[in-house]
Amino acid sequence: MLKGEHITKDFGGLRVLGDVSFEVKEGLIFGLIGPNGAGKTTVFNIISGLLKPTSGRVTFDGRDITNRPPYEITGYGISRTFQNIRVFREMTLLENVLVGMHRLFSYSAFSMFFDLPKKRSEEKDLREKAFEILSIVRLTEKADLKAESLSYGEQRKLELARALATEPKLLLIDEPAAGMNPAETEELMEEIVHINGKGYTICLIEHDMKVVMGICSHIAVLNFGELIAEGSPDDIKANPEVIEAYLGKEELSA
Amino acid sequence: MPELITSFWQTYNTLFYTVFVHGMLALSIYITLSCGQLSLGNAAFMGIGAYTAALLTMKAGAPFGISLIAGGFLPAVVALIIGIPTLRLSGVYLAMATLGFGEVVRVVILNMEITGGSLGLNGVPLKTELWHLILVMGILIYFFIKLRNSRFGRILEAINEDEVAASVMGIRATYYKVWAFAIGAFIAGVAGGLNAHFTFFISPREYGFEPAVDILTFAVLGGTRTLWGPLAGSTILTILPELFRFLGPYRLALNGIILVLVVLYLPNGIVNRDTFTNLKRFFKKEENA
Amino acid sequence: MFLQQIANALALSAVYSLFAIGFTLIFGVLEVITLAHGAVFMMGAFAGLIAVTKFNAGLASTLLVSMIVSGLAGYLIDLIAVGPLRKRKFHHLAPMIATIGCATIITSTYQGIFGAEAYRFPFDFVPSTSYDIVGIQLTLLQLIIIGISLFLMVVLIFFLNKTRWGKAVRAVAENPRTAALLGIPVEQVFRLTMSISSAFGGAAGVLTGLNFNTIHTFMGGPILHRGIAVIILGGMGDIRGAMAGGLILGFSEILSVAYISSDFRDAISFGLLFLILLVRPSGIFGKVIERKG
Repeated sequence: MLKGEHITKDFGGLRVLGDVSFEVKEGLIFGLIGPNGAGKTTVFNIISGLLKPTSGRVTFDGRDITNRPPYEITGYGISRTFQNIRVFREMTLLENVLVGMHRLFSYSAFSMFFDLPKKRSEEKDLREKAFEILSIVRLTEKADLKAESLSYGEQRKLELARALATEPKLLLIDEPAAGMNPAETEELMEEIVHINGKGYTICLIEHDMKVVMGICSHIAVLNFGELIAEGSPDDIKANPEVIEAYLGKEELSA
Repeated sequence: MPELITSFWQTYNTLFYTVFVHGMLALSIYITLSCGQLSLGNAAFMGIGAYTAALLTMKAGAPFGISLIAGGFLPAVVALIIGIPTLRLSGVYLAMATLGFGEVVRVVILNMEITGGSLGLNGVPLKTELWHLILVMGILIYFFIKLRNSRFGRILEAINEDEVAASVMGIRATYYKVWAFAIGAFIAGVAGGLNAHFTFFISPREYGFEPAVDILTFAVLGGTRTLWGPLAGSTILTILPELFRFLGPYRLALNGIILVLVVLYLPNGIVNRDTFTNLKRFFKKEENA
Repeated sequence: MFLQQIANALALSAVYSLFAIGFTLIFGVLEVITLAHGAVFMMGAFAGLIAVTKFNAGLASTLLVSMIVSGLAGYLIDLIAVGPLRKRKFHHLAPMIATIGCATIITSTYQGIFGAEAYRFPFDFVPSTSYDIVGIQLTLLQLIIIGISLFLMVVLIFFLNKTRWGKAVRAVAENPRTAALLGIPVEQVFRLTMSISSAFGGAAGVLTGLNFNTIHTFMGGPILHRGIAVIILGGMGDIRGAMAGGLILGFSEILSVAYISSDFRDAISFGLLFLILLVRPSGIFGKVIERKG
């Protein structure tokens, strides 16, 4: 479904990604793991169009999406969350989701100004839909609160909901467990599996292996901008290069 | 008593009209600020609108309504043209680019024959009446209220809060920013047209750097989070120097002091979103007591 | 004729550079466009005028007085209006708006005191002799203006590169947080920068007053526009860029007045600025620097 081919990225003279290739298969949860600073988020930024690769290309459903602007890539069906949560803090939860749904709106400025039935019915229908999306992450009760009033974990969920609202085929999730306690993390992982069950393909970044082992069906390991291993969770766990390169043994046994 | 009112009106009607015009100008910058863009070009757009409308009435004998609308459209078209390259810039650079644009407009007006050059245009027919101002202001307020709760309002706010996040939501930020810029220019142009038709005289000086900065201060002083903020800010900064006329040239210093105090102590401006909640809470307490 | 224009352009450019160098330094260090810089410039000019007319001060002491007055003004602006905003997280425009307030206060107070009329330095303050230097006729006044401007700019560059405080200023410009970690008193550096830069603005005020032999309370506006144009031409925050930008602006203004039309003088500077921003927002010499705030 999503293919990265020989992606290289230099910042100034610094090589952050070197010849990285991967494939995300439809319907699965794909994990991109690696220690901090391995270049994982850079991969996401290139996929979502926020950064241009120095060389290499990205294809999605066979279409070349390299160097396309972010809004266009979202239109093709790729959505994402951010490691350092970027919800619209001063907007309500419902509004956050509605912003995500903005491509579903079609009423004109004219309809807006004269409050025409088209506008009213569209707003009403899509608000209902936004509630449904909020219910996926169990945040309907807080729909009218400002996003900044939510806890950290809730903001992550809201960001997920907002990403879902764009009706993606592929969802890129950047370090969902960052800054969360084990209980919250576990709950969120269940959430992700739940979302995957609804038919969304998921690509997940994580530096903590424990988090992803249980839920990913395919994992790629990135270290210092290079792909060092790829395979099923069991393969990865057994891969001596992965273990030696950067993973502590106790982390794996847990 | 009626005589008193009449004489009061005769003394202060220009001030009253000006309050409306400044309110419109404050709203014209509010729409660009509400998607995070600091434009200092609105005085220039006002100027383009003022000259367009005035010249149409004076030289072409166009009906007032047509002049006004043309006075809004021309700046909006100019804004669309310059907005596409300019709005890639952000922050201070955009402010400076629009300032530069404004200065170019001023100098062009200064050197054209039809505009009367530095002498300005004298004898613009007095056509603006109070109800015109109230009508236009009413339409603007209605528009901004409708905008706030529409898909467009949400998009602008999302761009304002986090342009990157908005872009991965599929929002083409530049497109909406350019439109917001053009709508701001339209509003400023209409305000300019209305203004020209009650001041009798317009000159390039009124559309330069200082007015551009004044328009910005209206909005910032009042608060840029709701539409009432810019309106409050422009009203206060317009009326205050009149109230303190006895201070002579020093009265503008008062505006400066207020501006500094507001920036220091009311960083969100005089009116922000919490103002209304706070007011409600205040009155509820009164009732309970 | 052309050579004479060069003499005029040099004097004008020198003052533009002197004004812009402080302006750009403030942006580089504080990340604030101080729209009070024009007002501070005007204060310097008036301080110099009073020193000369009331106290018969010589050239050096006149300059010194105006720099002290303007430097003090810069210090106070930072103390009262800009500094307090650093401690709290505000809208990034807040400091600029605060300086608009300061400019309004200063300008209208001066208008209250001095009115709107133009003042002049005494006729014989600088003798009207002129010299022939490589074929260019330079008046003593022009030589003084160019000389003082160059001297001050050299002193500033020496200060920034060689002295302890100067290095601190540069470190803060690079990154205030890192500078603070290194034990640099960042707050004091900010205030020092405002004071020095404003003092330079004041010096530019006196020299402009001498150059055109008029001083009035409105003189801050036009120079502020030009200062903005110059620092954008040179790249915001770039000191050498400000000097070069001053030269470009000074020359293009003088030459456009001489060979095109005086009406378009203002359009030249801002047209240039507008184009530069569209083509190369980082300025002619600036590099693109992104600093996350």
